[in-house]
Amino acid sequence: MKIHEYQAKEILKKFNVPIQEGYAIDNSTDIDRTIKKVQTDFNSEAVIVKAQIHAGGRGKGGGVKYCSTFEDAQDAANTILGMNLITHQTGPEGKMVNKILITEALDIKKEYYFAITFDRSKNSDVFIVSTEGGVDIEEVAENNPEKIIKAWIDDSPNALDGAVKEIITSLSLEKFENVEQMFKDLYKCYIESDCSLLEINPLVSTTNEEIIALDAKVDIDSNSLFRHPEIAAYHDKSEEDPLELKAAEYGLNYIKLDGNVGCMVNGAGLAMATMDIVKHCGGEPANFLDVGGAANVETIKNGFKIILSDKNVKSILINIFGGIVRCDRVANGVIQAVKELELDVVVVVRLQGTNAKLAKKILDESDIELISAETINEAATKAVEMIK
Amino acid sequence: MSILLNKNTNIIVQGITGSEGSFHAEQMMEYGSKVVCGVTPGKGGQTATVNKLPVFNSIRDAKKEFQIDATVIFVPPRFAATAIIEAIEQNIELIVCISEGIPTRDMVTVKNMLDKSFSTLIGPNCPGLITAEESKIGITPGFICKKGSVGILSRSGTLTYEAIDQVVNVGLGITTAVGIGGDPVIGSSMIDILKHFKDDDDTKGIVMIGEIGGNMENDAARWVKENLDKPVVSFIAGQTAPKGKRMGHAGAIISEGSETAEAKIKILKECGISVANTVSEIGITMKSLIG
Repeated sequence: MKIHEYQAKEILKKFNVPIQEGYAIDNSTDIDRTIKKVQTDFNSEAVIVKAQIHAGGRGKGGGVKYCSTFEDAQDAANTILGMNLITHQTGPEGKMVNKILITEALDIKKEYYFAITFDRSKNSDVFIVSTEGGVDIEEVAENNPEKIIKAWIDDSPNALDGAVKEIITSLSLEKFENVEQMFKDLYKCYIESDCSLLEINPLVSTTNEEIIALDAKVDIDSNSLFRHPEIAAYHDKSEEDPLELKAAEYGLNYIKLDGNVGCMVNGAGLAMATMDIVKHCGGEPANFLDVGGAANVETIKNGFKIILSDKNVKSILINIFGGIVRCDRVANGVIQAVKELELDVVVVVRLQGTNAKLAKKILDESDIELISAETINEAATKAVEMIK
Repeated sequence: MSILLNKNTNIIVQGITGSEGSFHAEQMMEYGSKVVCGVTPGKGGQTATVNKLPVFNSIRDAKKEFQIDATVIFVPPRFAATAIIEAIEQNIELIVCISEGIPTRDMVTVKNMLDKSFSTLIGPNCPGLITAEESKIGITPGFICKKGSVGILSRSGTLTYEAIDQVVNVGLGITTAVGIGGDPVIGSSMIDILKHFKDDDDTKGIVMIGEIGGNMENDAARWVKENLDKPVVSFIAGQTAPKGKRMGHAGAIISEGSETAEAKIKILKECGISVANTVSEIGITMKSLIG
């Protein structure tokens, strides 16, 4: 689960990590009051106004503004709150800014990149740091890979101490006395909050010789939210695709894509393989949709509803592998769902597995317009050709 | 011959009193699996399933009355890691975890314990394994399997079934099929399973199904090139998956260039592995190699 910068900073603060302080607001009537509060509370005439959206690249898109006076800050806050922000991560349609964070401005001496994530290949956590902070780290990785330093934290007794020392040396931060504790606190935060990513870009040293987290990007392992109710409450539904949210309510796993062949499949791997074969047959998949192991009338009906909310969809390819749930039952479910919903798009059905032949007979003999197919290849070809 | 599991394997079910646990315990027994008892903390002394299997509070208690070779775990994700750890501490040789949605942090702890233990873990978030016409542990449909000469390993559930079905339909049949799971941290990697298939004389060819995310397929491909002289057919799902979007499985997300389907297919081919162009061609590709 992704969370906002201001929420990530709230978490960091609980772990004593020094952050750039500020207040988040979602209503323009609070702007004047909040700017003044930031100016007095943190003794900072200049403030920064930062759009709170989940996508990165906010600065380049015009969603982060340094303001040296109260009036500048007013202008910036009024412009950014409610703007449609387009960055390289939002896609061309952009993202509505519903919240802004107004923070103190710091006198920055140097910017660093800092992150902790999990390295699957080594089954251990890894610090990733660079002296090239404040910029797109992917560009650094591409152009100056030697400037990215990694230090792994395995399960041996002194692994954390060793890794912390390594990054302090590589960033030449030895003279800051609290920095070792800060890196340990960041790691504690990462572990205890079940983060899948904790990224500070930039981490800065100030002219007051302090090290401070200027920004914060934290992703939380969704599977762990049961033990973090306070983090689960950070979930911002406005950041998500409404159709994907609705599918999740039905217990379906849906991701919208740009094509016109809707796909309904059981199992994530088979769902991806089905999208691939649609493309292979010259079509474009409209979505990823995994209806889960037990495909019944209800899940199939809900799957149709979700797929058809996407107006680009011209045909629907149903690809179900019936194992424990036998294919004849799935076939009857499909027929009932098509009847009840009075569909007017091409529906191609391929059922394989237990009782597949019986299922095909049921589909072929039904009084509704369905195209049945035996192989995935045949099904995908039909779903693509029928709408050309 | 087969790998990891045969008709004599004594199996227990952790979470046998839950609806999933009892349903699949019955399905397993119907297939021929030797399920001897179940474990659910707090429900010791009860019985479960239509076969009235005894239920114990702990594996330790169950071990006093039964010889146990393997366990299958059907407990809710928040308790699943504890269940795996109990099985590791009781030295159960084969642990199969079906549960989906276990926090990554919990699995890191499990994995570190596992490395220092005698246990093999399959999963989590997997369909388990099946040795054709002998025994199954987990939720793979038994009806589709026929005994034969092909070993199957896969990161995805229904794609495992699809591969079994195609291999059976082209007349080859299977030895053992293993679903290793779609999470970022899993007990047994592709290489771990390939090593078993290498040593199994009845397995003449291997189907290895991967997907986007991680580098496991790439590591497996290089291992095959150096160590295996049996034909391998592979398929990688997710060629059309967009970057940065998690496609169902927690592990199926592209974060680096080497994790795309395209990059994996290239490495597999370079290592001499036959890659099926589409999911439809897994069976016939294997047939062309060992048919």
